[in-house]
Amino acid sequence: MSTQMKSPVLDASLPEEEPLGARRGERLTALAQQHGALVALLLTVLIASVSFEAFPTSDNLGNMAVGSTFLAIVALGMTFVIVTGGIDLSVGSTFALGGVLAAWGSQYGTLVALLLPLAVCGLIGLVNGLLIAKSRLAPFIVTLAAMLLARGILLAVTDEGSTTYLVEERSFLATLGEESLLGVSLLVWITAVLFVLGALALRRSRFGQYVYAVGGNEDAASLMGAPVARTKIAVYTLSGLCAGLAGALNAAYLMSGVTILGVGMELDAIAAVVIGGTLLTGGFGFISGTLAGVLLLQVIKNIINQIGSLDSSYQQVVSGAFLAVVVVAQTWLGRKRRML
Amino acid sequence: MTQLALRGVPLDRARVLRLLQDYGVYAGVLALLLANVLLTPHFVSAENFRTQAVQVAPVIIVALGMALAIGSEGVDLSVGSVMALSTSLISLYLGYGPVAAILVAVLGGMLVGLANGSLIAFIGVQPIVATLALMVACRGLANVFLPQLKDVRDPTMASLGSGSVLGIPYLVLIAVALALLVAFTVKRTTFGRQLLAIGDSRPAAQLAGLPVRRVLVVVYVVSGALAAIAGVLATARLTASDPTSLGTLMELSAITAVVVGGTPLSGGRVRIGGTVAGAVLIQLLTATLIKHDLPPSWTQIAQAVVIVAAVYAARERGRR
Repeated sequence: MSTQMKSPVLDASLPEEEPLGARRGERLTALAQQHGALVALLLTVLIASVSFEAFPTSDNLGNMAVGSTFLAIVALGMTFVIVTGGIDLSVGSTFALGGVLAAWGSQYGTLVALLLPLAVCGLIGLVNGLLIAKSRLAPFIVTLAAMLLARGILLAVTDEGSTTYLVEERSFLATLGEESLLGVSLLVWITAVLFVLGALALRRSRFGQYVYAVGGNEDAASLMGAPVARTKIAVYTLSGLCAGLAGALNAAYLMSGVTILGVGMELDAIAAVVIGGTLLTGGFGFISGTLAGVLLLQVIKNIINQIGSLDSSYQQVVSGAFLAVVVVAQTWLGRKRRML
Repeated sequence: MTQLALRGVPLDRARVLRLLQDYGVYAGVLALLLANVLLTPHFVSAENFRTQAVQVAPVIIVALGMALAIGSEGVDLSVGSVMALSTSLISLYLGYGPVAAILVAVLGGMLVGLANGSLIAFIGVQPIVATLALMVACRGLANVFLPQLKDVRDPTMASLGSGSVLGIPYLVLIAVALALLVAFTVKRTTFGRQLLAIGDSRPAAQLAGLPVRRVLVVVYVVSGALAAIAGVLATARLTASDPTSLGTLMELSAITAVVVGGTPLSGGRVRIGGTVAGAVLIQLLTATLIKHDLPPSWTQIAQAVVIVAAVYAARERGRR
């Protein structure tokens, strides 16, 4: 992806005699990249708690936690894709499709309601992965086409968007959306478990190491014997599965398969991942950062709602500007790091 | 012997594939036209052709800018949002007269392009990400400026949207003029040459002393301006400003037109004629499906398949 030339001379001189100050600077930039989102999140929460009485109430915090679960799960899958140096623009549509399929499937029992969206969205992800890894097509255009495809399937399933399927009242899916454990919604628990699993998979498993290797340098990874194609196919399938699951959970929460959801969600997911410190060039990223990024976006949205006089479209302006600032900072930090 | 061997060449796979990549889009347009003439009732009428041409004009204009961005080995995802921004600016500034409003709208698009280009050229952000950020922010800005749909009641705008010369709508004339202008720029000017050189290999262009950054900024400014013009024309045709929905998925249509038209995503080559034909092909395909009562869901699925097929067919060129 990157067109910048890396200077072999500079790289080769790195390991030898480094001045102490340089190493400290490098550590600082690494720290800023890894925890910048978390610091920004804490600061924003602090300021919001002081400024708005309604912000730090348990109701508001609980609503925010539940409200951010769906984007969080989508962004989890997106993190894996972006760490391999790819991008998945189809998640917004597959998210909506997952919700509709779950609601439609709930009339045939819980198993269908959960497995159908996972199967269909996972299949879309698998096709994305095959086209990208085997046929070597550009990720953004393949997933852009998949976005159209998923939206088309959604329209075909819902009589051109005119039918909204309701989740069966007494099904397990409905309980999933309503019940809570220890005062925290089940949806939040599920998301937390998924993030722990995701973080373990990325940092501590062989698959995770392959993901980093493919994103760092595809040719080198291939020469090392890493299964490049298989890793890529796996991350896009994973992203499809995550989006489908998030859609199914969202249907459980709303008790219906809303057809107009998920438009622009891929942008929020990418923004969250990038704000979390993951590099879009691949090879570098954290699951924890993604979570901080999702929560930060959610808090910004909440603050804009609290102000009241501001329209909700300000949120888009703020997230877009935020994304630009973070990307500029990342590019700058990355360049500084390479120069040291 | 050599003669014989040479004669065998034209039929080999690579050659056929290259011909298909270069002229497949024109063949596709012809085939679709022929099929429609034979199978679709009421297809051959001046009214129908005029409707199709008016509908495709904004897509062509946006696709021209997209072709330049893709030719420089980038992409501009913000075009749809720039259209929305331009429509809301028109509404806001119509009080100062239509000419001022159009100028402000185009200037707004150029500013967005300047932001895109600066992020990409000076800071070194990937084009996908830079234009993605602007895409989100501009859609929001458009909605902040103009929260809901508003009628545009202005005689100049109305005549721009529905007027015509010798039976050809202004919209189509403007699109054709812009296409010729961009084609001339790419083929015959220094700027066009520099653009292609940068798209081919940015490090090489840099070493050759080309003004890489300036050219990249200009590419995105032009793309922003063209998208804004498309937004103005779409507003004039609809006689309303709808910042929420105008231009959604326009980036996809534009990229499709460019790619189907044979411009490789790897940069270094721009085909304006192919791009225009690509936009027409997608328009005809959609129209055909709609005229035969296929629902929009199937139109979208078909479009997705066409995109993947076109990129798949074009991929060999990248490796050549």
